[in-house]
Amino acid sequence: MKNAQLSPELQAAREEIEAYAHEYGLDFFPIIYEVLDYRTLYETAAMGGFPTRYPHWRFGMEYDQLMKGHIWQGSTIYEMVINTNPSYSYLLEGNETVTQKMVMAHVTAHVDFFKNNMWFAHTNRKMLDEMANHSTRIQRLIDHYGYEVVEDFIDTCLSLENLIDYHAPYIKRPDARTQRPIVGDDEPIVVEGLKVEREYMRDYINPPEFLERRRQKLEEERLRQKRFPENPQRDVLLFLLNYAPLENWQHTVLEIVRDEAYYFAPQGMTKIMNEGWASYWHSKIMTQKALQSSEIVSFADLHSGVVATGGGRLNPYKLGLEMFRDIEERWNKGKFGKEYDDCEDIAAKRSWDKQLGFGRQKIFEVRRLYNDVTFIDEFLTPEFVMEQKLFSFRYNSDTDLYEIASRQFKEVKEKLLFRLTNFGQPYIYVEDGNYANRGELYLRHRYEDVELKNDYARETMRNLHKIWTRPVHLETVVRDKRSLITFDGRDFSERRID
Amino acid sequence: MAPMSIRRAERDLNRFRQIVRGKIKKDLRKYMSHGEMIGRQGKRYVSIPLPQIDLPQFRYGAKEGGGVGQGDGDVGDPIASGDGEQGMGEAGSEPGSHVLEVDITLEELAQILGEELQLPNIEPKGKKNIISQKDRYSSIRRTGPDSLRHFKRTYREALRRQISAGDYNPDDPVIVPIHEDMRYRSWKETLMPESNAVIIYMMDVSGSMGSEQKELVRITAFWIETWLRSQYKEIDMRYIVHDAAAKEVDQETFYHIREGGGTKISSAYKLCNRLIDERYPAAEWNIYPFHFSDGDNWGGGDTRECIDLLRKELLPKVNLFCYGQVRSLYGSGRFAHDLEEYLGNEDDLVISEIADRDDIYDSIKDFLGKGK
Repeated sequence: MKNAQLSPELQAAREEIEAYAHEYGLDFFPIIYEVLDYRTLYETAAMGGFPTRYPHWRFGMEYDQLMKGHIWQGSTIYEMVINTNPSYSYLLEGNETVTQKMVMAHVTAHVDFFKNNMWFAHTNRKMLDEMANHSTRIQRLIDHYGYEVVEDFIDTCLSLENLIDYHAPYIKRPDARTQRPIVGDDEPIVVEGLKVEREYMRDYINPPEFLERRRQKLEEERLRQKRFPENPQRDVLLFLLNYAPLENWQHTVLEIVRDEAYYFAPQGMTKIMNEGWASYWHSKIMTQKALQSSEIVSFADLHSGVVATGGGRLNPYKLGLEMFRDIEERWNKGKFGKEYDDCEDIAAKRSWDKQLGFGRQKIFEVRRLYNDVTFIDEFLTPEFVMEQKLFSFRYNSDTDLYEIASRQFKEVKEKLLFRLTNFGQPYIYVEDGNYANRGELYLRHRYEDVELKNDYARETMRNLHKIWTRPVHLETVVRDKRSLITFDGRDFSERRID
Repeated sequence: MAPMSIRRAERDLNRFRQIVRGKIKKDLRKYMSHGEMIGRQGKRYVSIPLPQIDLPQFRYGAKEGGGVGQGDGDVGDPIASGDGEQGMGEAGSEPGSHVLEVDITLEELAQILGEELQLPNIEPKGKKNIISQKDRYSSIRRTGPDSLRHFKRTYREALRRQISAGDYNPDDPVIVPIHEDMRYRSWKETLMPESNAVIIYMMDVSGSMGSEQKELVRITAFWIETWLRSQYKEIDMRYIVHDAAAKEVDQETFYHIREGGGTKISSAYKLCNRLIDERYPAAEWNIYPFHFSDGDNWGGGDTRECIDLLRKELLPKVNLFCYGQVRSLYGSGRFAHDLEEYLGNEDDLVISEIADRDDIYDSIKDFLGKGK
């Protein structure tokens, strides 16, 4: 791939890094590097790494924040890479060569991850073109319907963009559309009991309570079949695309917002792993191969900045990197499996070494098959939590402070998984698209001990109503009470349900 | 792929700014938060306004649920104040970008401000100001007393030497500094204007000045102070509030007081003048009065008196007299206009209108751009 913009020095660095990466077994798409001045880099970053996006104020907001952070706080984005084939990566003009080398090593590992991690398997590798198409289509709509109208509708859609099914690309879910014809309501339900040979046994074999239970079951079955959708739908956006009374242009906008949400989803699902993997390899490639002795101090400075933890914050780069190193070591030494887990001698566990040497092979397998949730679920160990000083924290409303809640393995792991599952976002399902037989939308929030932000939830319902145009209901928990919030287009009402 | 035109992001940014200013799409303003980039409490404030519009979504409250962090501390120890996002928030969707944050000192901040606004260094007035030499421990030398040894630099030198000499063993990273590696903190002579300065803040606290107006004043005042502090060794700060009468208050009161009633600007100027005469003789002090109001004043008589006071008493004594007019709910008054008309050609008077937060930038430049 031609890199017209790379200086000979950077070109040499890039060839060197990529040769090492291949040697280590990394398998990546071709990478196109571009050296950008900081303005252009931040502009691209503000648009999610894509040079052409549809016009929207939020990109301007991002840009404003990135630029102010850069000018006033000295925040720096060193690199950016997008998941496409070939992959595009942007380098910041004027960085030291050692910085650029480290960034290239980092980027190469990211691209390897994009290419091989199964959660990315369904992403559109031509997203650059797709984004540009989206931009053109929206620009056309703007020309036709007016800036404000289209922008308002984009705002509405963005308010719902997290209501997708993050696992949808990987599994076949029951369709929202029901295949069977809906049974007529008028036919009475005939309950047949078990077969009775002798008449006098009838009441013993089929007592009335039993028959009543059968009848109820059949009735539920019938209700379920009449329900629409037949099964609760997690992809709320898809449901709206299929059934909401949208105009054509609105349909287009909503589809675009949904497409882009699905494109970015795997990156959110693998943040810790992806950054950990990239940090693991930039560190490995640089320290083992690519570093000149004169560059060591600069590299160490840079690397420690990337993996720094401060103020009790969890740094995904650091966590991912340490996890990968831990896995490699455990599989090198055989610190896994029943024998190891059952061993209760701490000293023996610590010095455990079966000299298996499976570490490298294992981490490559992990990068292919896992996402953050399964990664943490399977590989976080009590020893790791202790060594890395992980803790869970909670908000204390008396002091208005966050405070350390626990250092116990179980609690830390639970909390971490909770924050990662569904990106730490609530699960919302379409339960009924014809609620009360009046075409009203009934959503259910699967409550997991944490309540929704109430004002936000209400504003979001307002936006849902704009699309659905009929009253919208949300079943959730408000102040510890199961409640149904309803927005009828003008007013909100809230009632308890049990 | 051709690099995109700058105008792309600028267009979105303009759109965003218009929303923030409430010029378009007013219904979005309820989702807006007025963030600050560097917030500080206590005596000094740093504030870069950082407006943000957060579209509503179904999500958990920030304070619910908690999260996971990393570091030292016992169970029950606080980790950060409640208003900040902590630890694992929502996983970002930015493709592999990371942001490193760097702390900067107020001094550096002043420097950035100076460069950004192209502020000239202040030339203290008159000959009475001596430039004094001041020693500051900001340099490194190869010799010095042990008490001033710079561990990090020494370590770095030793590491560098051992690596280049091939003595460094990563498996056994023992670093032994030798005499040549030693680095010591040392002083550098810097030239500082010896003279002292006083900032006298005056603010109209009559009914028409709301909290947004005071916020504008607070932010502007912070930047003025940051800059002047980088220019003078010692700075005294005095605070005067006025409606129909003026009084001196402390800083806390200055920003939070709310009085009612009318406005008589001359009362503040008189008090300011008295303060200067009693405490800050013009021969020894660099004097910077800053006055903020919404421009409403009692009838022409008082404005007349203000102009006389400025011309005869205040302007001859001060380095610079700055008047900032903020726009209140009731619009802007005539005072800036009147000053401009009668005193427009006075070199030591700066008049600036601050309509909203976006104007702060220009006002600071107006005020401090003269290098006085």
